[in-house]
Amino acid sequence: MIQVTNISKKYVQTTVLQLENLEIPKGQSFGLVGNNGAGKTTFFNLLLDLIQPTTGAITNNEIQVDKSEDWKPFTAAFIDESFLIGYLTPEEYFYFIGELRGMNKADVDTFLEPFEELFNGEIIGKRKYLRDLSKGNQKKAGIVAALIGNPEVIILDEPFANLDPTTQIRLKKLLKSLTEENKATILISSHDLGHVTEVCERIVVLEKGELIKDIETSEATLKELEGHFSV
Amino acid sequence: MISRFFSLQWKQFFRSSYWQKSMALNIVMVFFALYFILMFLGLGFGLYPILKDKFPNQDPLLIVNGFLFYWLLGDLLMRFFFQKLPVMNIKPLLTLPIKRSSIIHYVLGKSAISFFNFLPLFTVIPFGVILLINGYGATVVFTWMLLIITLTLITNFLNFIIESKSAETELSFLPILAFSGILFGLTYFNIVSFNDLVGSAVNAITANPFLLIIPIGMLILLYYTNFISLKQKLYIDRSLKAKTEIATTTDMAWTRRFGSVAPFLQLDLKLLWRNKRPRSSVFIVAIGLLYGLIFYPNPVYQNMVSFYVFVGIFVTGIFMINFGQFIPAWDSGYYKLLMSQNIKYKEYLNSKYTLMMMSAILMFVISIPYVYFGWKVLVVHFAAMIYNIGVNTHVLLYGGSFNRKKIDLTQRAAFNYQGTGAVQWIIGFPLMIIPMIFFYIPYKFINFEAGIATLIILGIIGIVFHEKIMKGITKRYIDTKYKMINAFDQDN
Repeated sequence: MIQVTNISKKYVQTTVLQLENLEIPKGQSFGLVGNNGAGKTTFFNLLLDLIQPTTGAITNNEIQVDKSEDWKPFTAAFIDESFLIGYLTPEEYFYFIGELRGMNKADVDTFLEPFEELFNGEIIGKRKYLRDLSKGNQKKAGIVAALIGNPEVIILDEPFANLDPTTQIRLKKLLKSLTEENKATILISSHDLGHVTEVCERIVVLEKGELIKDIETSEATLKELEGHFSV
Repeated sequence: MISRFFSLQWKQFFRSSYWQKSMALNIVMVFFALYFILMFLGLGFGLYPILKDKFPNQDPLLIVNGFLFYWLLGDLLMRFFFQKLPVMNIKPLLTLPIKRSSIIHYVLGKSAISFFNFLPLFTVIPFGVILLINGYGATVVFTWMLLIITLTLITNFLNFIIESKSAETELSFLPILAFSGILFGLTYFNIVSFNDLVGSAVNAITANPFLLIIPIGMLILLYYTNFISLKQKLYIDRSLKAKTEIATTTDMAWTRRFGSVAPFLQLDLKLLWRNKRPRSSVFIVAIGLLYGLIFYPNPVYQNMVSFYVFVGIFVTGIFMINFGQFIPAWDSGYYKLLMSQNIKYKEYLNSKYTLMMMSAILMFVISIPYVYFGWKVLVVHFAAMIYNIGVNTHVLLYGGSFNRKKIDLTQRAAFNYQGTGAVQWIIGFPLMIIPMIFFYIPYKFINFEAGIATLIILGIIGIVFHEKIMKGITKRYIDTKYKMINAFDQDN
């Protein structure tokens, strides 16, 4: 689904990301792990064509992301709060995203039904603007919005951060079901090794912009990762 | 401690991307400052000889004192619109071992060394020196100078109280206009002559320096009032945290008629209604509509038809100019979302175009009563509307691709509005002057109809080639995409 060839991003002197070859097949749940400054968000930004690569290219379903915009219809992302429109209510935001993805109000309402549990009554029908929600609830709204319209590629940066434990568990269940059911490719990054190993089939470790581990998740993965990061 | 604060502010100013990117604007500001300094110096040196020359029988100092009321009132008004309350990013400091009171003293103290407080010195000092040379007593002159400086500082702190009180309201500039209007009116119509009151008070103080205690006491009182009101706001749950509003939802079904641009149109309309800053640009429209009343009834402009064009463009385009200048910065808070969502750039821009076009038509319809001042006014307004729709919209959209400054919608409207006011008008002028020229040349050499025809034809050309022009503009936006994302990502 996603093919990375020789991509690099340099700012003046420093290289923040340098990946020679990385292929993410369709339907995989892909986890990105690394300390601060490892290049996780940079990678996602490149994938979404929000920054320009210094060299190389990323193709998403055979479409080179910085050449054509045709990857947008089947790709969705939630990177940070700047993906939210603060002066809309969560419902309006979902409808807006739905509209961009060819769903009408009724479609969006049906889509939202299974998330009622996740929202815990704090998001829908509260007559509050997104900017007035707590960080955790903003995140929930953003993640759910990224799932609207059954995108084939879903990119979530740090989805577990700021969420309460109950929501973390529910979100893990949700992400797992996504890759099982409709063959969506999920890319997530996280600082929580436990969460990623639980959700992702494959985990890539970045360090200072370079890929240093590419692991297929197994029983031993969590131990291996913990060993790697405890220096 | 003070020096630490100072270095923080210094860094905040010079390290902001806004400073680095708009050198030109800063140079203009420096020139403005120099200009004002020269003006005030000229006043300081010239005042005494001029007054002596015009009114040889009166004491120049007494004449000046008689006008001090107007000076102070003007000073207060200028400050309200141009001087910003010194803001500081307080939140990170609150948990550090710094006394709250020293933060406030710093903020208030900094305001005392503002340019606005130094400006009067350029007049007061030369005038005082000339008074000394002309044989006034040293005590009188120094008391007078000290008094003026105190009065200046009083206006300084009075302004902050007025500003912080009125910032909460929607039309923040109404209270100050009403306040100064009433004071001015009472004086002007000799009901209560504040003019004489201030004059005789100042005279009394210069005659008896001990009375200086009264204005200095007032100053301390005002400073203290500011101190108290700021101290209450220094808790994150007071002013730092915005109040949560109750959301009102509307589905705006009528926008469906506009087809594929409908979702963006809805978004723009919500943007306008739900954020204080853009909302104030809607209110400016009301003021703009009345603009014609300054020109049309005035016999001086009766034969200057070119001015009709200026007014016509202004009246039908005021919303367009106010809103259009900040495309796409209005959306800067969630620009990354727009860039990665399933959005066609062309539709996004077309929605802005539709909004501006609708505003022009609406403004024209509302301005029809101006026909009272002659049918020519109506014709000119119509031509101006067509020109606005066909030409100015595209110019504004193209200009928008140069926007690199983020707009924080959550910030309070009042201060923001004041900050951009002057620059906004300067940028707005070419949009109004150029059509005046386009009109004036055929009008001068052929006739009125030819001038009108030129404007309409230019507008129609723009409308006919709308698709083509938009293609070019869209390309320009796509080319600058990364730069814009990067700039909107930074806080100024």
